Amino acid sequence: MIRILSLTLAFCAGIAGATHAEVAIEIEEVTSPGGITAWLVEDHSIPFTALELRFEGGTSLDAPESLGAVNLMTGLLEEGAGDMEAREFQAAREDLAARFSFDVGSDTLSVSARMLSENRDAAVELLREALVAPRFDPVAIERVRGQVQSILAQDAQNPRRLASRAFYEAAFGDHPYGRPDNGTSESVAALTREDLLAAHEAALTRGGVHVGAVGDITPEELGALLDELLGDLPESGPELPGHVDFGLAGGVEVIDYPTPQSVALFGQPGLEREDEDFFAAYVLNHILGGGGFESRLMTEVREKRGLTYGISTDLVPLQNAEFWIGSVASANDRMATAIEVIRDEWARIAREGVTQDELDAAKTYLTGEYPLRFDGNGQIAGILVGMQVTGLPQSYVTERNSFIEAVTLEEVNRVAAERVDPQALHFVVVGRPEGLGEADAPRVTLPEVVVPEVVVPEVALEPQ
Amino acid sequence: MLRRLALAVPLVLATPALAMTEAVTTYTLDNGLDVVVIEDHRAPVVTQMLWYRVGSADEPQGASGAAHFLEHLMFKATETMEAGEFSATVAANGGSDNAFTSTDYTAYYQRVAADRLPLMMEMEADRMNNLRLTDSDIETERQVIVEERNQRVESNPGALAREQMIAAQYLNHPYGAPVIGWMHEIEGLGRDEVREVYETYYSPNDAILVVAGDVEPEEVLALAEEHYGPIPAEPDLPERVRPQEPPQRAPRRLSYADARVSQPYLSRGYLAPERDAGDQETAAALTYLAEILGGSSFTSVLGEALVFERDIALHAGAGYDGTSLDDTTFSLSVVPKPGVTLEAAEAALDEVLAGFLDTGPSEEQMRRVRTKLKAAEIYARDSVEGLARRYGAALSQGLTVEDVAAWPEILQSVTAEEVRDAARAVFDPDRSVTLHVVPSREETVASREEASE
Repeated sequence: MIRILSLTLAFCAGIAGATHAEVAIEIEEVTSPGGITAWLVEDHSIPFTALELRFEGGTSLDAPESLGAVNLMTGLLEEGAGDMEAREFQAAREDLAARFSFDVGSDTLSVSARMLSENRDAAVELLREALVAPRFDPVAIERVRGQVQSILAQDAQNPRRLASRAFYEAAFGDHPYGRPDNGTSESVAALTREDLLAAHEAALTRGGVHVGAVGDITPEELGALLDELLGDLPESGPELPGHVDFGLAGGVEVIDYPTPQSVALFGQPGLEREDEDFFAAYVLNHILGGGGFESRLMTEVREKRGLTYGISTDLVPLQNAEFWIGSVASANDRMATAIEVIRDEWARIAREGVTQDELDAAKTYLTGEYPLRFDGNGQIAGILVGMQVTGLPQSYVTERNSFIEAVTLEEVNRVAAERVDPQALHFVVVGRPEGLGEADAPRVTLPEVVVPEVVVPEVALEPQ
Repeated sequence: MLRRLALAVPLVLATPALAMTEAVTTYTLDNGLDVVVIEDHRAPVVTQMLWYRVGSADEPQGASGAAHFLEHLMFKATETMEAGEFSATVAANGGSDNAFTSTDYTAYYQRVAADRLPLMMEMEADRMNNLRLTDSDIETERQVIVEERNQRVESNPGALAREQMIAAQYLNHPYGAPVIGWMHEIEGLGRDEVREVYETYYSPNDAILVVAGDVEPEEVLALAEEHYGPIPAEPDLPERVRPQEPPQRAPRRLSYADARVSQPYLSRGYLAPERDAGDQETAAALTYLAEILGGSSFTSVLGEALVFERDIALHAGAGYDGTSLDDTTFSLSVVPKPGVTLEAAEAALDEVLAGFLDTGPSEEQMRRVRTKLKAAEIYARDSVEGLARRYGAALSQGLTVEDVAAWPEILQSVTAEEVRDAARAVFDPDRSVTLHVVPSREETVASREEASE
């Protein structure tokens, strides 16, 4: 190819006066005749509605003697309800082309529904059966129990899962966050139908539910839908667990596992969502390791040294605990170097803080990126319900960027000095890393699925 | 049904149909660049995607991974930009960017506020021609890709098994090599291999620009003319002809053993026809076939028979993706329950398939898939990026905008006889690969003996 062209590029690095998109949605609070509230964004351009439900509690509601009950119960919600056994229920759903999914984490149980306008009433009726009248047929229990056991066995051979299990267990001990979300193979084997009925009674309550709805539905229609869907659930459930401190001290823990590439999770105490320094810390995290190619860790560990494919950190505010967590994967003979670089960056940002340029770039990104999230009914419904779980007001969507803008260099650097603590940084490494000292004995702890995991996408394509 | 289980099994679900009710406008610039504009004015956001009609299957033999390596290096320096400045500029504008490579295409995208489109085009057009490769960037990035392969493949027994299976599926076609490349060839890739892909294929007449979101088609066209229009077409663009498969004359059987496998499973692939321009009917029938056999864990033929009625499997599925430049695959998979051998599961699978080939699908099964695919068109409109990907993928894999437009209708008109005939044609043992994935071969033998007692 002949390249005769010379383009003149005029990028203004500072992007002075950049005008970003703004969030342009109207959130309406709808209260049903029966007293259930939901947040709604009406948009009639596509004939379907996205509905997101979050029930507070999640797997934290598991009793210590029936670990995994809430997870197994959640898996059974779509396995038969009312007078329909599993296949009848699913055939009915497929006939309506409705999409339901049920998931559970340590803080919430989530239900996502996509329903066509042409048959929404029937779809709601079906979903109501799943939420209010799941059958828990013995044959379905055994089927899903087998699936859970298979997942647990796979997790026991997955370095990433092993690392996160060890990390959360050590960080939170006996608190529900320290326990395996999916249970253990012994606990799951011992679960009875009564355990599942109790888990259902506890985890799906009218008082604990938050609702986000977006799409082709009016406030009146949504009000009626809420009563139909949720009106027959119990009013409230058991008390939720309380706050727990992040219990890991600085250090490196190595878990022996035969794999060519070691996986590490690392973390230290974080900040509560309500902390007045939260936004400063959030911006700080973006500069340190927040996802993009520009973060310090990505630059130092990947771009300059080629030690990993990806590294990121996250400031996690769960309902009952706050911590910084990061993940990295490196070949066994390079993990020690990666950890050294991470520690150095952790110390450097605490010692020196960030520059005005870094702060400006982070703010421009964070404020510009936020409105881009609101691009689809499903996306918006998820944001609406997430805000309610976190306890944010509706005005947050328009005010959030001003909170980011208000963060000053002095604040970020004070928070870096006060909160980022290289001495407290704890690494859990799974693999056969060289030069990190003696590995602990091979662990026989059972596999488990845990709280927020830094997910690495597994797709057919190869994102850069 | 817990869905994480399904992830352990290699299968690609059929691509849902695409609605044509969204506003789609297309052009071709004088230099051959195809332009597709998809309007969605619900949010002030735009996605620019630039797709090149080059993927791993276009690489020179022995240089597997070169297209993907180039994709990584496209984020390094150009004549006017520093390494990393592209993504930094996108981020400084509040956007995000990335890229991906497959067997048939390499695509780059940015997602930004709609008024940032001109800058994105300026930068994307710049790196089509002006990449400046340095030895140190190449060296460091090769290490990154080694770690990427470690993470995606070497650490994942399922991915390693799948790689072996695909290699066995294709006797001659370069689809047999992994997109990311074999490790020993990644380690040997350098400036020459990457440069060859770049010089040969990164030209406007080998690219498709897809712009989706809050934009007006006339404005996009004017911007495309301004930024991409001046780039000359490549006069020596090679015709895209890859080595094709000879007649396949023997079933292949593989057993992949890896101590990290906790859940044995079996997978089978058959060489299958893909969607071709103006000729998508067989692919439409195969899309139904995959849905009917394995599209639902509860109501599909394999799930009903193996998970529910015979109660021998935790999961059974089928997959087919017809969007491919050359012959694709139709895949089946079964995860047996503990205590059921892979041999027993495979025998049961074959019995169920034989029964289905006899009778073909029922009208109820056909109706259910028809309903699902029709609704998928409505749901698909909620993600303009998803629509952008479908156009980009189709146009870089030999289809036209008209083919994409016709596809939903073609899907709606598939008959039960067509599905049965397509099944009879595709399930040819001589064109199949059957893979057993086990923790160790000794254990497999032991459990087989136990089962026969």
